[in-house]
Amino acid sequence: MNVWRSLRRDGWALAGAVVVVLFVLAALFAPLITGVVGQNPYTYHLSTLDGSGAPKGFGGGISAQHPFGVEPLTGRDLFAIVVYGSQVSIAVGIAASVVSVLLGALVGLVSGYFGGWTDRIVSRVVDVMLGFPSLIFMIALTAIVAASFPRPALIVLVIGFFGWPAVARVIRGQVLTLKRRTFVVASEAMGAGPGHVLLTQLLPNVFSTLLVYAAILVPASIGTEAALSFLGVGVPPPTPSWGRSIGDAVAWFSTDPAYLVFPGAALFLVTLGFNVFGDGLRDALDPRVSRRGSHRRRTAPVPTEELV
Amino acid sequence: MRLLRFVLLRLAGVVIVLLVVTAATYVIFFLLPANPAQSSCGKPCTPEHLALAKRFLGLDRPWYVQYGDYLRGIVAGRTFGSGGGAIDCAAPCFGYSFLRSTPVTELIVARLPVTASIAVGAAVLWLLAGVAAGTVAAIRRGRAADRVVMAAAIAGVSAPAYLVGLLAILLFGFGLGWLPTGGYQPLTEDPAGWFVHLILPWCALAIISAAVYARLTRSELLDQLGQDHIRTARAKGLREPAVIVRHGLRNALIPVVTVFGLDLGSLLGGAVITERVFSMQGMGALLVDSIGALDLQVVVGVTLFSAFLITIANLVVDIVYGLLDPRVQLG
Repeated sequence: MNVWRSLRRDGWALAGAVVVVLFVLAALFAPLITGVVGQNPYTYHLSTLDGSGAPKGFGGGISAQHPFGVEPLTGRDLFAIVVYGSQVSIAVGIAASVVSVLLGALVGLVSGYFGGWTDRIVSRVVDVMLGFPSLIFMIALTAIVAASFPRPALIVLVIGFFGWPAVARVIRGQVLTLKRRTFVVASEAMGAGPGHVLLTQLLPNVFSTLLVYAAILVPASIGTEAALSFLGVGVPPPTPSWGRSIGDAVAWFSTDPAYLVFPGAALFLVTLGFNVFGDGLRDALDPRVSRRGSHRRRTAPVPTEELV
Repeated sequence: MRLLRFVLLRLAGVVIVLLVVTAATYVIFFLLPANPAQSSCGKPCTPEHLALAKRFLGLDRPWYVQYGDYLRGIVAGRTFGSGGGAIDCAAPCFGYSFLRSTPVTELIVARLPVTASIAVGAAVLWLLAGVAAGTVAAIRRGRAADRVVMAAAIAGVSAPAYLVGLLAILLFGFGLGWLPTGGYQPLTEDPAGWFVHLILPWCALAIISAAVYARLTRSELLDQLGQDHIRTARAKGLREPAVIVRHGLRNALIPVVTVFGLDLGSLLGGAVITERVFSMQGMGALLVDSIGALDLQVVVGVTLFSAFLITIANLVVDIVYGLLDPRVQLG
């Protein structure tokens, strides 16, 4: 396939993919990996701390047993926390972007195809939601949802819900041109109902766009999860989360910078990996883009041609 | 008069949006939850606070009366209770904190300068830095400067503001001792202190968006520079800087302004995070603290206020944009 060939030739995209795969593997095999050094992210090691609660020794208590050092106050193994943290980040990132893409595809297909008032109302809603202070809304939502509702699922739904407008807008734009093409008109003339046209004629043609958006939304969703956890309204303890570790590190990082650096580096690397890979995927799937990245169209977050 | 019509139409649209947002917020936060009075009561929740919260929310009355009171509070202010114990919440009344015994609007107004200082400064910085870097990259397309800017841009897009901020505090605050490690000085009391305390927050918050804008500016400018009117400008002997700025950049910036209007919301969200990183007591800190303190009135008030602020800011961007770009049809 053409896409694979051009992806394979794009060194940056490959490097991004490798980083992503490594983190996914870390998430899947977290118990095995941390088992090798004989650690888990929950056991307290109070003997590794000094009287103030800060880790003893160099770099936040780096040692043979604790390759990344330990967490201040608890002495939990930071390597295990970082490795297990990839589970939350990647699971939430992927699940939330799937929610966004599904919702966005549905809304975009329907409003683009049916047009009229449906389209007008949907477009207004999309306009408003795109400019919305969504992070503030997400923070507020965590205040009222019952504690019995599983937090990770809530985070996925909330992040996913605020991600769909960008997808819907682009898909709508594509559907507007697609629905006048001969194959769609022919299908309608042969008596195909709206469901058939949407699913078998239009959906396959916007699929590559959906794929690119999924790739772009994953790092964005990972960042949002980390931001919510950083602010203390994300995934609850003791489940390891990079964002929460970084948030906790605020109180410690003048004495123990390592506590900030390791989770921070993991978050940065996985985001960078997804972003670089998403860029490559977009270039590979978009025939208008010339190779060598000389003229990249920006896909996220808004297609500017729709606005004027 | 077409301009007046345009402004009035947009204004009507904004009013509808605000009504919908208020209704949605009210339903989500006060009608759907099982016990909104309890969540508004604060921690610790005294019986007096709980009784006040129940009376303020009017939970014994039908939902449309509750919502009506709420809306009236925002537009005209409201007083609840009677006699000596009456509590006055002046317009725009975004709720009343029983925990702090203060109208939410007062709490927000006290915190707004901090958040506004962070947000406005960061926005100016990211627009300037992003457009400048994108322009350089476009002019030097394919050369070293372009590669450096684009590599920095993709790294910048991947670096969350709080991470950059914390590392910057570590380096410039604790390490080199050049800049304060956090806190806020009011502009009116100490302009120099205000500026010094905001340098790191501005940079931390601006970096992601500057990266996004650099990429956007570059691709839009390259688009423009390939067009006929640029060739004409060059052919008539205009100097290159004039060609790029007056004919290229001017058109390339139109989509940048559009995206900027859409980014105001995330700017506010970013300011919330930045406040936490730099221990500044702004609106975001108020919001996050109120979540911990179970002070739902403040949480909803801040949320709704942000939505109002962004909607109105967008209206302003929209109008400015309509004036700048002759292609936008007024009316």
